[in-house]
Amino acid sequence: MTAPPDTSGSAAEARPEAALDGMSAKAIEGRSLGQIAWLRLKRDKVAMVAGGVVVVLVLVAVAGLLLDRVFDVVHPNTFHEDLVDRAGGTLAPTGALGGMSWDHIMGVEPGNGRDIAARVFSGAWISLLIAFLATLLSVFIGTVLGVTAGYFGGWVDTLISRAMDVFLAFPLLVFAIALVGTVPDEMFGLRGESLRIAMLIFIIGFFNWPYAGRIVRGQTLSLREREFVDASRSLGARSPHILFKELLPNLVAPVLVYATLLIPTNILFESALSFLGVGVNAPTATWGGMLSEAAAYYTIPHFMIWPGLAIFVTVLAFNLFGDGLRDALDPRAR
Amino acid sequence: MRSKRVVTAVAAGAAVAMVLSACGGGSSSSSNAAGEFDAANKGQIFNPSDRKGGTLKVANPGTWDSLDPGETYYGYSWNFARLYSRALVTFKPAPGDGSTELVPDLAESLGEPSDGGKTWTYKLREGVKFEDGTPVTSKDVAYAVLRSTDKEEFPNGPAYFEQFLDLPADYKGPYKTPDVDTSSAITTPDDRTVVFHLKQAFGGFDYFAQLSQTAPVPQAKDTGKRYKEKVVSTGPYKFETNEIDKRFTLVRNDQWDAATDPNRKALPDRYEVEMGVEANDVDNRLLSGDLHLEVTGNGIQQASLSRVLGDPALKAQADNPGNPRLNYTSIVPTVAPLDNLDCRKAIEFAADRASYQNAYGGPFSGGDIASTVLPPQIPGYQKFDLYASPESKGDLDKAKQALAACGKPDGFETNIAYRSERPKEKAAAESLQQSLARVGIKLTLKAFPQGDYFSQFAGNPGYVVKNNLGLVINSWGADWNDGFGFLSQIVDSRVIRENGGSSNVSVRFPEIDSMLDAAFAETDNAKREQAWGEIDKAVMEQAVILPGVYAKFLMLRGKGLTNVFVNQSYGMYDYTALGLSG
Repeated sequence: MTAPPDTSGSAAEARPEAALDGMSAKAIEGRSLGQIAWLRLKRDKVAMVAGGVVVVLVLVAVAGLLLDRVFDVVHPNTFHEDLVDRAGGTLAPTGALGGMSWDHIMGVEPGNGRDIAARVFSGAWISLLIAFLATLLSVFIGTVLGVTAGYFGGWVDTLISRAMDVFLAFPLLVFAIALVGTVPDEMFGLRGESLRIAMLIFIIGFFNWPYAGRIVRGQTLSLREREFVDASRSLGARSPHILFKELLPNLVAPVLVYATLLIPTNILFESALSFLGVGVNAPTATWGGMLSEAAAYYTIPHFMIWPGLAIFVTVLAFNLFGDGLRDALDPRAR
Repeated sequence: MRSKRVVTAVAAGAAVAMVLSACGGGSSSSSNAAGEFDAANKGQIFNPSDRKGGTLKVANPGTWDSLDPGETYYGYSWNFARLYSRALVTFKPAPGDGSTELVPDLAESLGEPSDGGKTWTYKLREGVKFEDGTPVTSKDVAYAVLRSTDKEEFPNGPAYFEQFLDLPADYKGPYKTPDVDTSSAITTPDDRTVVFHLKQAFGGFDYFAQLSQTAPVPQAKDTGKRYKEKVVSTGPYKFETNEIDKRFTLVRNDQWDAATDPNRKALPDRYEVEMGVEANDVDNRLLSGDLHLEVTGNGIQQASLSRVLGDPALKAQADNPGNPRLNYTSIVPTVAPLDNLDCRKAIEFAADRASYQNAYGGPFSGGDIASTVLPPQIPGYQKFDLYASPESKGDLDKAKQALAACGKPDGFETNIAYRSERPKEKAAAESLQQSLARVGIKLTLKAFPQGDYFSQFAGNPGYVVKNNLGLVINSWGADWNDGFGFLSQIVDSRVIRENGGSSNVSVRFPEIDSMLDAAFAETDNAKREQAWGEIDKAVMEQAVILPGVYAKFLMLRGKGLTNVFVNQSYGMYDYTALGLSG
């Protein structure tokens, strides 16, 4: 979505300069691009709320990590079989609303009675970790190759662009399933759980770089013809200087926006892989994995609601925040 | 046999049945139309009736491996194939223990052994015809058995005949080697007599004769692999339409004469069978009355479980028969520190078997908590529990003592393998991870694809040792209820192949092998059955098998079905007896 226009705001909001009038007379000289963007972002209530949710999610994820390591509250993998209906044979949580109680605020899983809240929180850690690092990886590769292709052009551009096409045409999901299934137990000094996570980050990150790459390449193509680059070149600047000092700073905005929009995609992709059973190893909780388990219990909907809600809120928050960020950073989107 | 759905029984429920009938009032022929829980189980017939007519609607969530009686290897398929084919011998269509008895079907009587059990003679009934009116002769039976030995043409079927019949070494079935003389294996002295010649004496040949592979096939109409599209019927029903892996319909076979067949009731006029129906949909349709029968007999889905058990009206429509299948975990003695008996015992004591039962679906859809290798249905089963604990939740004190005795007082680390496609096995692995952690035994879960589970991963001794798979989630059911059939493939070390493929991944003790040999050679039934129990105990003393649950299924009786009872040999309803009320 795009940010709403500023027509409905107060007079002060409609005239941002006025809001700052009294703040500092000294800072009247002018504002950096970053300041302008920040001011605009601050005025976008939806984006700010979404941003707040993102911050909370990160805190929750960290808390989820600490949950089972530091605080000894409810371990996400601990069974509470006394809370499911063994005698009746249904193994459904006893009590209303899927066994919700103060001890288990989101209820417990049918079958083994694991605490859903603890699993959703610890799942946040896995989901966000994989999504962030995979995004970082694909944005890094995409930026480097995109800038190279866009700036140098010619055969370099052709080569990289074709490579992008190949990657874009790749049946990623199928490949991911095949690859994750055949990875040995120990590789590159990693084993078990950490290897799985590293593998997922690699697969999700590495195969998504062309999306970032294309955006960066396109931006670079137009930027390198701009006057400031010509000026720099005519002053004798060499390629590394132009690349790092002139082009890259101007690419930060689109890359940042793209990254925030890629994170939710990656969260969904990780969930999909977990849902298909090729995600993180059991019994580690992930949102997709929980959904996959909950599918068999569709008559006990609370099991599905919580991880589903977690994915929904996270993806929505990142998307809204990314949209707001784009509007704030793009001088033409006033 | 391993992953195939197999023949079944519930002999052991007898004691329970007595108790239940005492309070239920009458152990058979309940005339309650709505029925009650287990009304067709435990020796009872639900809604006995002789009313003919109606269309019986059947669904299969998957597909048949083959409709060809010569190459099918599912228990439900053997049960169902009796509608359109007649083997020499069959399991008696009777409720309760009677159903484990073999009775002649196409043959006049059970096999007559001679030559000390190396030769078996069957005489066919008079007047049995194929659906086209051609009389069935012994040559058709001999041909059917011979063609089934061609495993290139029919890869799915059981392989007992080629293993036991004294066939020429170069024999590759009637398609590839039509000129080879097979009279060393099967002879047909006259049109009604067929004689089987075995390589070695085998007292249980009648079990082979009940395989659908002995159902006659007319050579003139045999189309090899494609015969499953047009099976020539000898039973009370014949194929009207048949779309492979989609649907088929059966109608009455007017050439079938009830006078030649004391076993089949043949009540419905017509069967309509759908395949590939979504499993949850099957449950819903059974409950709504849109469907009469889920043919695989695997029971209802997880989602329907709380619905059916939570509602007395729906529960009254369900039966809960047992299945002679053991879901267990192999404790692999080739993986350190499990080479130490005390370390293995620590696992036996620490495991929470009540939680293991939960993982498989609880007492109704999972099964009963197991403490032996043999399920109670198998003759020779002896009830004992070497690693008993209160409520089967594990005995942590004894587990810690065992750990101390094995020199690992603080526990140890090992891996546990399970099949990634099987959520119940995953749940069982998670359960063991939790319960063994109580004494410091730390498990890491390893999922493997079920297709290569035994050939490349958990059943491959080299791989198991290299990857430290100390525990392997496993499951086993027999082709029929017999101690030898059940034990030989999972406790005989000689079936372990170094390049993988065996279901036995942990039992490798020469003394158990010799006990098996002694029991197989024992001709006295009672002594032999006693021996199976002794072997069971010897295996459990070695602590290489952690029994989980004896399988049970919760299945739904479709609305309007009459004459419903569980045939214990198949562990599901007897399909030859079902009828429909008006």
